[in-house]
Amino acid sequence: MKTVAHQALDAASVRGVTYADARVVAIRNRSLTTKNGRVGHASESESLGIGVRVIADGAWGFAASADLSRAAVEAAAARAVEIARASARVKREDVRLAPEPAAVAEWTTPYKVDPFTTSVEQNLDLLLKVDAEMRACPGVTLAETGMNFQREESWFLSSEGARIHQTKYSTGAGYTAYAFAGSEIQKRSYPSSFGGQWQNRGYELIKEMKLVENARRVAEEAVALHRAEQCPEGVATIILDGSQLGLQIHESIGHPIELDRVLGMEANFAGTSFLTLEKLGNLRYGSELVNVVADARQEHGPGLGTFAYDDEGVAAQSTPIITNGRFTGYLSSRETAHAIGAVRSGGTLRAESWNRLPMIRMTNVSILPGEKPMTLDQLIAATDDGIYMETNKSWSIDDKRYNFQFGCEIAWEIKHGKRVRMLKNPSYSGITTEFWNSMDAICSRDEWTLWGTPNCGKGQPQQVVGTGHGASPARFRNIRVGSAYQGS
Amino acid sequence: MLTKEKAADIFDRIRRFSSADEVEAIFTGSRFALTRFANNAIHQNVEEENSIVSIRTNFAGRTARATTNQFDGESLQRAITASENLARVQTPDPDLLPMPTSEEANAAGEGARATRFFSQTVAITPADRAEVVEGIVSVAGKHKLATAGIYSTSESGEGIFNSRGLANWHRQTLAEVSITMLADDSSGWQKLNSPDVSNLDSIRLAETAAQKAVESAHPREIAPGKYRVILEPAAVLDMVGFMFWDYSGVAILDQRSFLNDRIGTQVFGENINISDDAAHPLQAGSPFDGEGMTRQRVQLVENGVVKRVVYARATARKMKNSEYAGKVGLIEPTGHGFPLPNEVGEMPLNIVFGGPENPQSVEQMVASTERGVLVTRLWYIREVDPYEKIVTGMTRDGTFLVEDGKIQRGLRNFRFNQSLISMLSNVDTMSAPVRACGEESFDMVTPAMKVKEFNFTEATKF
Ligand SMILES: [Zn+2]
Repeated sequence: MKTVAHQALDAASVRGVTYADARVVAIRNRSLTTKNGRVGHASESESLGIGVRVIADGAWGFAASADLSRAAVEAAAARAVEIARASARVKREDVRLAPEPAAVAEWTTPYKVDPFTTSVEQNLDLLLKVDAEMRACPGVTLAETGMNFQREESWFLSSEGARIHQTKYSTGAGYTAYAFAGSEIQKRSYPSSFGGQWQNRGYELIKEMKLVENARRVAEEAVALHRAEQCPEGVATIILDGSQLGLQIHESIGHPIELDRVLGMEANFAGTSFLTLEKLGNLRYGSELVNVVADARQEHGPGLGTFAYDDEGVAAQSTPIITNGRFTGYLSSRETAHAIGAVRSGGTLRAESWNRLPMIRMTNVSILPGEKPMTLDQLIAATDDGIYMETNKSWSIDDKRYNFQFGCEIAWEIKHGKRVRMLKNPSYSGITTEFWNSMDAICSRDEWTLWGTPNCGKGQPQQVVGTGHGASPARFRNIRVGSAYQGS
Repeated sequence: MLTKEKAADIFDRIRRFSSADEVEAIFTGSRFALTRFANNAIHQNVEEENSIVSIRTNFAGRTARATTNQFDGESLQRAITASENLARVQTPDPDLLPMPTSEEANAAGEGARATRFFSQTVAITPADRAEVVEGIVSVAGKHKLATAGIYSTSESGEGIFNSRGLANWHRQTLAEVSITMLADDSSGWQKLNSPDVSNLDSIRLAETAAQKAVESAHPREIAPGKYRVILEPAAVLDMVGFMFWDYSGVAILDQRSFLNDRIGTQVFGENINISDDAAHPLQAGSPFDGEGMTRQRVQLVENGVVKRVVYARATARKMKNSEYAGKVGLIEPTGHGFPLPNEVGEMPLNIVFGGPENPQSVEQMVASTERGVLVTRLWYIREVDPYEKIVTGMTRDGTFLVEDGKIQRGLRNFRFNQSLISMLSNVDTMSAPVRACGEESFDMVTPAMKVKEFNFTEATKF
């Protein structure tokens, strides 16, 4: 595969490019689901190809081919150069890449059990056990489970001499119980919704998730929601569980700090950002307790945004994003680093596969746990009057990332430090910086989990990649609740 | 590019390699190019060529799928083995049907229709795309705006072959342009696609987007609440797209559809008529479904009454034997299934809204509005409530206050929380349906709509 990448670089360089890189990527995936006691789908897939990225006449070109014959690879490289010269017809300034030492490296995600060595029977057996547990609960009308494994092997070579061979594994699983009755559909998911929990690990993650052990409780909650009161409309103190806080970080911190959005490069689709350049180092993003990092290093944990090198050969880094409430960093790339006066890329460029151009993506954008020991139970006990919300049900935010609204699957009213009753259809909304400035407590390390969001979409053509978000439960004051059902 | 003949050869090899009772192969081949621009310059410019074969094997009630994009013997053999291994370990599913024969799949006609393949779209080069972007940038320059967007062209072939003799193939082209024009505190947007590149007038779209950016400058915030709202076609389709997952037999059987207990009743206003019609001249896409069955025209909604839903083959049989059989209207395979195996069954993907008796243009809707809001585009729409079909989202890129029959000024963007049932029960006026595309749902043939009591719940900061 290294030879194939070399052929591409050689074919580009004879055509007079000032920079070229080639990525050969081989992806293998297994996807299994069940529904109401039967297999929903069982599939495996493989995809292999090369993407060639060049700068010619000061502008970018990219071409990708699934055909790895010498002729096809050289044709792809030539096409990338032709495309770059066409790009140069409509340019304002030449592309400038921040310098980066050319790395020569080998790296593989640390794992205990290669998930592809586990049998499909074993995988389906576990999912069907979970399914049976859920459906044993009267009132459950639909039970769905899913499990996914991915192995991505890539060879990155650049005209500057980088030679990087990486293999990344990711594993995910989760399930949902639905209860339809009267004129209402309620649901509960575990460990999180929309695909469950995902990390860059092997099958050991599945074993640790206690999937079967939680299925009955989750199903019972789905049914119990039909008897719960509607979440009130008004202003309240709220506590969010770690998975919901992870998604809140993704939408209201992770996306607005993407420097390509800030610079207008995503204006037509994903949108721009309220975090204009003059806010760096100046904006009070959140309260003193809010500390957020973007960390791709293995030391941060096995998140979906963990790697050794990004897809333009920049080593994994940790960037302080919010430091004691102050906005301190963006997600950047070699092309964009100069816009914030940085001498080096933050190392966040990633592509969905061989056939996509790498772009700025969240790595693991995580809120650091509180330093003072505090469990979720202690946080609830320390709350006089509030609402505790768990597991995302809907999410929406405007194209500059100011106004958001989230719905959760379930909530409990808190009175005098105790959960007093279940509430259905909870939602909350607000403005990003006002929200983060209202955070007045966060649980400590033992409540902190590195959650995975497998489905983050960005770019044209759209690319879906996984991102990581470490979080522990936290409390927010004076938050608008119930607006999702207002007026209906 | 993958052709039907080449795919047929590969399928012959697959058949020889496989020991399954039945085998099916779905092929997709495409050449896709996209030029992306922002800040009045091309900043990303890509092209890819890929071909995929997805192999399904059947063993007496057990089925699974494996996919590869490499067609050498070893890769094909590996995919077949993977598919067979995934299938063999399952417990037999009594609802799994034998694969359709060619006669069964094409019984409703092969969907003969005008071509969706245009050589002028195939012929577009990187230099041609740059020239179109130059034109759009010059419009931005004329209005002192910054522009961002895409211009893309593609050709694709897709086909399905099975061991019972089915061999269906479809090829088409698609060209698409999407343009955002940005001023200091406002923006405007237009997007259009067509199989025939000559249907895209990018300069006219750029001018419209620019006009919206200019006219919505210095937006003012007004209080959220219930407003009379004029939704342009892209805004309509991005919202209503969220309900079509529910027009599916499997969704009814799984009790996750908002149409459970509602089929045959007056769900929407009497002026709402919706069909699914893959053969409609303004539609694009393949004439057959994931099992190779001809996509038939289905009248989903007639005068506001939901008449029926769509079915894959197995779903229709299951529904006929279910407790819902007498309550869901006509039950028959309609050619809307997804490739098997899957858990969602089927869905209508070629939605066509019926035209009103007295179509009104957006300009006429504005002229007849005393006070209301004109919406260009919606964004980040998500479902809040699955049974009342409440969806939330934001307005974007051109939101205007209409008073006394005129566009008065730009408004800061709103968040809405709106039930689709009540929205489609409150449609005052509609334009003639057009082919429209957005970002949150699939392309449709849909009108602009003027809607009463549209529920804005919050305003944002711009
Ligand atoms: Zn995202």
